[in-house]
Amino acid sequence: MLLKKLTDLNGVSGNEDEVREFIKREVEGYADKIRVDSIGNLIAFKKGKASGLKVMLSAHMDEVGFMVTGYGENGTLKFHNVGGIDTRILPGKQVLVGGRRLPGVIGCKPVHMQNAEERKNNIKEKSLYIDIGTDKKEEAEKLAPLGEYVAFNSEYTEMGTDCIKAKALDDRVGCAILIEALKGRYGFDLYACFTVQEEVGLRGSEVAAYAVKPDMALIIEGTTCSDVPDVEKQEYSTLLGGGAALTIMDRTSYVDQRLVNHIYDLARDNNIKVQFKQTTSGGNDAGKIQRSGSGVRAASISVPCRYIHSPVSMMSMSDYESCKALTLLALNNLNK
Amino acid sequence: MDFGSVLKDLCSQTGVSGSEKELSVFISHLFEIFCDSVEIDPFFNVIGIKRGFGSSKKRILVMAHADEIGFLVKSIDDRGFIRFTNIGGMDSKILLAQEVVIHGRERLPGIIGAKPPHLLKPEETKKAVKLDELAIDTGMDAVQVKKLISIGDLITLKTVPLELQGGKFSSKALDNRSGVAVLLRTMENICSVKHENDVYFIANTQEEVGSRGAIIASYNALPDAAVVIDACHGDMPDAPKDEIFTLGKGPAVAIGPNLHRKMTNRLIETAKEGNIPYQTDVEPGDTGTDAWFTQVSRSGIPTVLISVPVRYMHTPVETVSLSDIKNAGRLVAEFVSLSTEELEGILCC
Amino acid sequence: MFEMVKKLTVAFGVSGNEEEIREVIKSEIKDRVDEIIVDTLGNLIAVKKGSGKKIMAAAHMDEIGVMATYIDDKGYIRFSNIGWVSQFYALGQRVKFKNGVTGCIFYEEKLDEMKDLKLSRMYIDIGANSRTEAERKIRIGDTACFLGEAVQTGDMIISKALDDRSGCAVLVETIKTLPKTDNEIYFVFTVQEELGLRGAKTAAYGIMPDMAIAVDVTLTGDTPECKLMEVRCGGGPAIKIKDNSVICHPEIKRLLSDCAEKSNIPYQYEILESGGSDPGAIHITGGGIPSGAVSIPCRYVHSPIEAVNVEDLKNSVKLLTEALMR
Repeated sequence: MLLKKLTDLNGVSGNEDEVREFIKREVEGYADKIRVDSIGNLIAFKKGKASGLKVMLSAHMDEVGFMVTGYGENGTLKFHNVGGIDTRILPGKQVLVGGRRLPGVIGCKPVHMQNAEERKNNIKEKSLYIDIGTDKKEEAEKLAPLGEYVAFNSEYTEMGTDCIKAKALDDRVGCAILIEALKGRYGFDLYACFTVQEEVGLRGSEVAAYAVKPDMALIIEGTTCSDVPDVEKQEYSTLLGGGAALTIMDRTSYVDQRLVNHIYDLARDNNIKVQFKQTTSGGNDAGKIQRSGSGVRAASISVPCRYIHSPVSMMSMSDYESCKALTLLALNNLNK
Repeated sequence: MDFGSVLKDLCSQTGVSGSEKELSVFISHLFEIFCDSVEIDPFFNVIGIKRGFGSSKKRILVMAHADEIGFLVKSIDDRGFIRFTNIGGMDSKILLAQEVVIHGRERLPGIIGAKPPHLLKPEETKKAVKLDELAIDTGMDAVQVKKLISIGDLITLKTVPLELQGGKFSSKALDNRSGVAVLLRTMENICSVKHENDVYFIANTQEEVGSRGAIIASYNALPDAAVVIDACHGDMPDAPKDEIFTLGKGPAVAIGPNLHRKMTNRLIETAKEGNIPYQTDVEPGDTGTDAWFTQVSRSGIPTVLISVPVRYMHTPVETVSLSDIKNAGRLVAEFVSLSTEELEGILCC
Repeated sequence: MFEMVKKLTVAFGVSGNEEEIREVIKSEIKDRVDEIIVDTLGNLIAVKKGSGKKIMAAAHMDEIGVMATYIDDKGYIRFSNIGWVSQFYALGQRVKFKNGVTGCIFYEEKLDEMKDLKLSRMYIDIGANSRTEAERKIRIGDTACFLGEAVQTGDMIISKALDDRSGCAVLVETIKTLPKTDNEIYFVFTVQEELGLRGAKTAAYGIMPDMAIAVDVTLTGDTPECKLMEVRCGGGPAIKIKDNSVICHPEIKRLLSDCAEKSNIPYQYEILESGGSDPGAIHITGGGIPSGAVSIPCRYVHSPIEAVNVEDLKNSVKLLTEALMR
């Protein structure tokens, strides 16, 4: 299953090689030209049936994770988060260190040893450490040198009513949809950009957009879905099962309204479940792409993911299918 | 016995305090490999007897609790999210973004999520989340959940056992399945020895909720002496130095009022004689283990306590050194093989 | 049922002082059982002899109360709690001492913040004008219970001491209506449960039954802004899954749910996150006694206005009866 293979790969921002190599092999048969730029973006080009319009399809390959920053006592590793991670979730989680995927655990002082103050408060990032079982600093250094990348360890699992739990659904779902899209040929030149380093500041997309200079761009993402207990209904953002999510505005972009409305209408006319993202927080590659060069007409289509940026992010297969169908439909109906 | 894979299997079993029926059957099959007779009592304590070859033999109890911490379904809300209560002590902080299994009419995977961080107020970010603020997401709606799950159904932590460097192993429930592994190792070791005394191996239940299985099992076993095997805190960077034990340096032998002094001294001598690495655990009062209760069973049972160092206790990533479990198995085997005469000399006060 | 509950709740029986309630219960059941024993701690044990399974059915007779600890110059009485007594529930309540003297509880008005209210900042007024006058009526160590006459409103009975006189009422009714059975049943009305399940421990040791079922009240989750709990008044007797002192034996739980299903008795499940009950002491007695409980949903527990649903009581009798016959 494509999504399972994609989420199993480790590609923390700055270290996306594994993911890029996999995607390259997947799209070699469909793309007319493939190139990798200096920052690591994979750009797959598909010539159009007609020329004129240049459309960029974008999804990022990187995921949040960690890097080894030093060594603690007893051969443990000190680390820093890469990308935005809620530090509260880290104690007691499993990780995989480096290309060899050495298993490790993020340790946590047992509750029996915590005093009343400690029990009531969250642990700070700088107090956390990874235990890979080495007893001495020298051993640890050899197996996990400074700068080594670390990813969450989480198995792709089918659960519930047609739901999937995996790490990195943000944004391997986007990558999977882009791979599908490359199978078709459209009325315009298509640049499917698998970008890097979105999680640390939308870095890859900025470079890719500058080089491609598209007229229009569709950004396919995994987005926050907060429809969980103790959250007020107005703060849900998106609903799991509510369909492909269209962003109107977030911290980094106010999308092209005509484009978004067109996509929305397409969805309604073709019975594809669709919803609007209801909050204005967060951001994605659309932020950099829209403002590239002299401007690009951009829109985001996203798959709602609960518990995003954690090892247990969860999505509904039906939302994924809606997002895929809507993306392909949009591509086939862009000359309006 | 393929020790590593037995330990992995033991840890993967479900046996939350008060719901140990399945686990007791699993353990009894393992006991049957080595013991002369095995039975399961009404509270699911598993008792395996290895008869001694002496004439006026004593009865030694070797006990390790088999239960683990977990949760019960408390309530299902109208969107199908599950609220839960804990069995045994657990730090609710580590439950955020944690996978679980709900044992209803089917085994269902679940995810404990919580309010997303960007929706928390600043004070809430600093404060630790409380258990009643957490909910389990099964990816199903209320109608479907209620078909498969009822109030009171068991919930366990889901983890993948990991082999780490340096002969270390990480999994849930190492507190105290590593103790059960010590029992098995001891049984295996004394198979080739003509030990004089009867040895009663008991994998007891409900320790995590107040040593209830131990109270019942020791009352029924009527032993002359008891060796309790539990877990102690392993070495962790943020833990106080005088409360932790280094993984790989051997099991910890406890000294203090809860433990029979002469027996403890003989135990330490045994370790030295056999070149078995051990560490010393000073316990000024309640050891917080089944030993506290066996010591005062009926008219009293002389008790010693041996602990396997476990890092990150009561989290899904508990970690041990396999060598400590093996060495504990050696130590207990040597000790229970003492002659009846010598044991009598130690026990008499 | 209401009349029985009224009779039992009005009797005095603060933990350690259960004489009066014991006599009331004894007079209700003495002609219906084969033997009556009062043990060392004061447990009332009524035996229905038989040749089958030995079953212990327990409900505690004692109630919470207060004990006089000091009489001041003006005749006001300072007190300590017997069992868990909330300072907020006690404030403004009437009390009655064992010897019949009545009084009321109030607090030191100078207290700035109500959240700092403590039992040690409260006192009992028995209408005495001086220490001497008070000492003629009350001695240090005398105990008093709260007053709260039983009334019925709709299906609900409101009264003090429904914890656990309602359980006692269920046991009494069960004794009176129990069909013939081979099982040997020990109906035990225990003492000092509120002080730490003490009577149950010694009673169980003396009897050593094959299994035990207790009947006590449990909390509910059906009042405004209450803590999350699935038990509600009117939902039928609650089969206890666990509380802080016991995880009920799966066989007993199954027995109770089977009986309820077979006889079409409405029931619910109870998970109590704080507090203990007699099965906690019984199940770890001797070599272990498989134990469970039929719990009566009760609002406002440990206040003088405890409230239960009378249908729940009747269904508890049905359920207990079925279970005792198996």
